[in-house]
Amino acid sequence: MKRGISFTQAFFTLLMRDLKIAVRHRGDIFNPLLFFIIVVTLFPLGIGSEAKILSRIAPGVIWVAALLASMLSLERLFKADFNDGSLEQMLLSPQPLQLLVLAKVLAHWLLTGLPLIIIAPLLAVLLHMEESAYPALIETLLLGTPILSLLGAIGVALTVGLRKGGVLLSLLILPLYIPVLIFATGAIEFAASSQPYDGQLAIIAALLVGSLVLAPFAIGASLRVSTN
Amino acid sequence: MWKWLHPYAEPQRAYRLAGKFIPWLSILAILMLLTGTTWGMVFSPTDYQQGDSYRIIFVHVPAASMSMSAYIGMAIAAFIGLVWQIKLADWMAASIAPIGAVITFIALVTGSTWGKPMWGTWWVWDARLTSELVLLFLYLGVISLYASFEDKVLAARAAGILSIVGVINIPIIKYSVDWWNSLHQGSIKMTGKTAMPPDMLVPLVINILGFGVMIGALSLIRFRSEILARNGMRPWVRELALAEGAK
Amino acid sequence: MQAQFQSVSDFLNMGGYGFYVWLSYGVAYVSLAILIGFTLTRKGRVLKEIAAKAKREQRLAQHRSAKE
Repeated sequence: MKRGISFTQAFFTLLMRDLKIAVRHRGDIFNPLLFFIIVVTLFPLGIGSEAKILSRIAPGVIWVAALLASMLSLERLFKADFNDGSLEQMLLSPQPLQLLVLAKVLAHWLLTGLPLIIIAPLLAVLLHMEESAYPALIETLLLGTPILSLLGAIGVALTVGLRKGGVLLSLLILPLYIPVLIFATGAIEFAASSQPYDGQLAIIAALLVGSLVLAPFAIGASLRVSTN
Repeated sequence: MWKWLHPYAEPQRAYRLAGKFIPWLSILAILMLLTGTTWGMVFSPTDYQQGDSYRIIFVHVPAASMSMSAYIGMAIAAFIGLVWQIKLADWMAASIAPIGAVITFIALVTGSTWGKPMWGTWWVWDARLTSELVLLFLYLGVISLYASFEDKVLAARAAGILSIVGVINIPIIKYSVDWWNSLHQGSIKMTGKTAMPPDMLVPLVINILGFGVMIGALSLIRFRSEILARNGMRPWVRELALAEGAK
Repeated sequence: MQAQFQSVSDFLNMGGYGFYVWLSYGVAYVSLAILIGFTLTRKGRVLKEIAAKAKREQRLAQHRSAKE
């Protein structure tokens, strides 16, 4: 069978397409980011502005907010393509589905994960985070947010065909997010008290490699179920 | 082998075959749970460290270990259903999920009522307790995903994928107490210097097996109802329904 | 093998841990009982539903043949 274009071409075509669409709907990029900032700013207002408490809870707050923001933006990942039928075109195309799915997830991460990482240090300053914890914050977010996009994509792929998928989505993927959250905040807390945190970082990296290899297959299979 | 197995993959035969096993499994489960629990509650010696509070072990450990086994069983059934497109396996997976959720809930509640007198707190956020809680969420996710599709063939596939993805959690629970410093005590040792005395170990093992047999019996009962529910249009189910409804 | 408790009240007291032991057993067996209850009645519920559906279809078919 003739494939027409190479794997790399297919991958980048889809990636550029998703990025272009997102640039045209700028709100889709900024809304999760705004949500992230607002959630983080709510904590000092709710808990009190004492620097000691804030610096203690900073890693957890930033990570939980990042988790919720990434989940909020996930719905969009396959919804539009599902509604206008381009998702089915992707399933029918001779390119391997896993590759196309990976391109879509990468686009999602570039649009939502990366801005979070850029803005996170700023919020960490507002929360009086320990200075020694900054590298750990960036490293865990760099390694961790792609996992969130990958695992989240499985949940979205499973629920994209359902009318009321929103609440169900959180029930499906938040449990899968918990290990990432535990190790990431653990690493940042170790770093804040100037202890080595290589162990936690290595585990997050292992989770990333594992989900990078296995998640595309699960996403692909789920999409086939959802589009039937 | 597949030729030999094929007739059993027919819903009606599976329904009858399951019906034959249910009474025996139920009797066995009741006997084992009665023996194990009575032995454990009345005759096992008092623990020199924990006093009589340790007797919660005879329901907590069986529930906790079976919550994981049931999940693995469900995931295997889901995998068979997904890969070989055997509907019976899908129905089996759907039947196990609610049972597993209840067993996991029991493991969490009994663990926390054991934790209160021993650790002084109902709950700690350590690796084992958290991952057991995640297991409960996974069960609930599978159940609600299965429930939210109108087309049950699709529902079974979607829930199957989710349960296979969730299998990653099982080794995390199993080895959490060995990998991380935890308030939760280590695994029970069968042999060696710190082994449990046989008067505690034997009833515990009887109860663990009893929970397993009970889960088997309950899954088969649910499996039979699931077969009926999914084959409502078949003549043999209609006959059965009309005969039962006439009573 | 010998019973570890001298009397019934001793047994219920569980060496001072009675509340926790019986609470955990209570919750465990009550939730099991609820599960077993739902599991046993499910077959009846499913069959009733199917029977109702079958009867409705029969009535519908009769109605149609009477019209013609």
